[in-house]
Amino acid sequence: MATHGHSDDGTDFAHPLPVWLLLTVFFALVFLTIITVAQSNLNLGSYDIAVVMLIATMKAALVGAFFMHLAYDKPFNVIVFLSSFVFVALFVIITLSDSKLTSPSFEPKFDEPATGELER
Amino acid sequence: MATIDTLSPEPEAHDDHGHDHDHPPWLAHHFDTPEQQFDSGKLGIWLFLVTEILFFSGMFCAYAMFRMLRPEIFEGSSQFLDTKLGAINTGVLLFSSLTMAWAVRCSQTGEHKKLVVMIASTLSCAMVFLGVKTIEYSHKWGMGLLFPGAYFYDENNPHPTTEQLVSQHGFSENTAYFLTHSIYFLCAPFLLLLVGVVIWAIIAKVKKNDFQFAVAKPLVVVCLSFFGGVGLGMILTGSEEHAEGSHVAAAHHDAGEHDHAGAGEATESIAATYTEPTTFNPASDDAAVELLAESDLNTGAKAMLLAQEKQAELASGRVVAPGEDVDMGIERIERGVETKRQAGVFFGIYYCMTGVHAIHILGGIGVLVWLLVRAIRHDFNRQYFGPVDYVGLYWHLVDLIWIYLFPLLYLIR
Repeated sequence: MATHGHSDDGTDFAHPLPVWLLLTVFFALVFLTIITVAQSNLNLGSYDIAVVMLIATMKAALVGAFFMHLAYDKPFNVIVFLSSFVFVALFVIITLSDSKLTSPSFEPKFDEPATGELER
Repeated sequence: MATIDTLSPEPEAHDDHGHDHDHPPWLAHHFDTPEQQFDSGKLGIWLFLVTEILFFSGMFCAYAMFRMLRPEIFEGSSQFLDTKLGAINTGVLLFSSLTMAWAVRCSQTGEHKKLVVMIASTLSCAMVFLGVKTIEYSHKWGMGLLFPGAYFYDENNPHPTTEQLVSQHGFSENTAYFLTHSIYFLCAPFLLLLVGVVIWAIIAKVKKNDFQFAVAKPLVVVCLSFFGGVGLGMILTGSEEHAEGSHVAAAHHDAGEHDHAGAGEATESIAATYTEPTTFNPASDDAAVELLAESDLNTGAKAMLLAQEKQAELASGRVVAPGEDVDMGIERIERGVETKRQAGVFFGIYYCMTGVHAIHILGGIGVLVWLLVRAIRHDFNRQYFGPVDYVGLYWHLVDLIWIYLFPLLYLIR
């Protein structure tokens, strides 16, 4: 763990990540990017958005765990970071369900070009 | 290194210091140990990142809402985003994340030279990203793929000239000039920056100010990489530009003929259905129906015209009462659902999200330059690397947001 300050190995509380780990994470990220771009050419129907978000979340997890050092960080920092997503989820879910109920009133079905087409 | 070693990280050692000056300059008075200082800063930056996530979630929510309401508009409009440029930018940002993480490692192990190189590469990648973005934005502005209100994309003439923008789309001359020449306006600040940094480097060299020269030297490379990014964007769009060029020439030809015939509306009406050009021609069909309806015997056409008029009324009111008996008109309008205003909503969201992200990149460039100066000053060591780590965390968050933005905006079919 990076959090103990009493080590005598000369690194103190610093926890330098090995270069091979950084490079591995980078190439994994590039690989996942290629996969996302490639899958956009396949037709996965309604699973499309789920697959895209799954790959993006895998990339985010890699960046978070290694580049952002969360895998070695104090658990409290991890909790603080992850708790933000709980609130994001609340925000997005409640707003979406609300707009689903009220959408016709603020996103009109027909607009300008319709009038333009029928003016003559 | 001597100053570091005099301070033991153990808290009890600190109790022996009776006075203020027995600690290294990088350790603030109110912290007992370097570790305590580091952990406090780290919690602080995590809290800041949480506010950033909540801030961006507002835009992601707007995206989710409009995509839920009008998925077809997102599919259609997304075709205008260049996946190649987006993918390259993703790679560039991922690489900058790698160099940033590596920079944190270098600051922890005390490799000062390498730290400067890593921070400078991160900065260069940020500039390449902005350069590619410049190509993307200026390309879209010239085509009129803008937020609602300014959106003027026209399939027949995707690259209108300044005069056409003024005469056909009602822009002021200055705005039209800006829209058609936006690439120069976007590059200008960076060109000024480059010139300024080069002059600064020369002055520092002449005055033999080694420190300032050491700072200016990597910054010249950083500024140059913006134009590297612009060039990269141009090369990547270049191959398509050729194909598009001939298409545009044909479109110009068509538009000219239409003008002679005095029927400019043809170009206007197509803007409504730009992704899926249908065989239906509103102009000629309507005229035919109107003609037929003039004869009292043709009751079918009369009913059709009535329905159309009714539809126009309803459409202008933007409310469709349930149970209205005008299904024929509605069907036709449903086909042309990708309207100017609605496509504009997609691009409004696109500019908002990528623009705020680009502002974060600019902010990141600012703090990275500060880090670069401090790294050249050898400010960081194995007990004091907090600033590098904090900026690194911010930079990774910006990368994280792009990881989600790229598939959500560019990769919709």
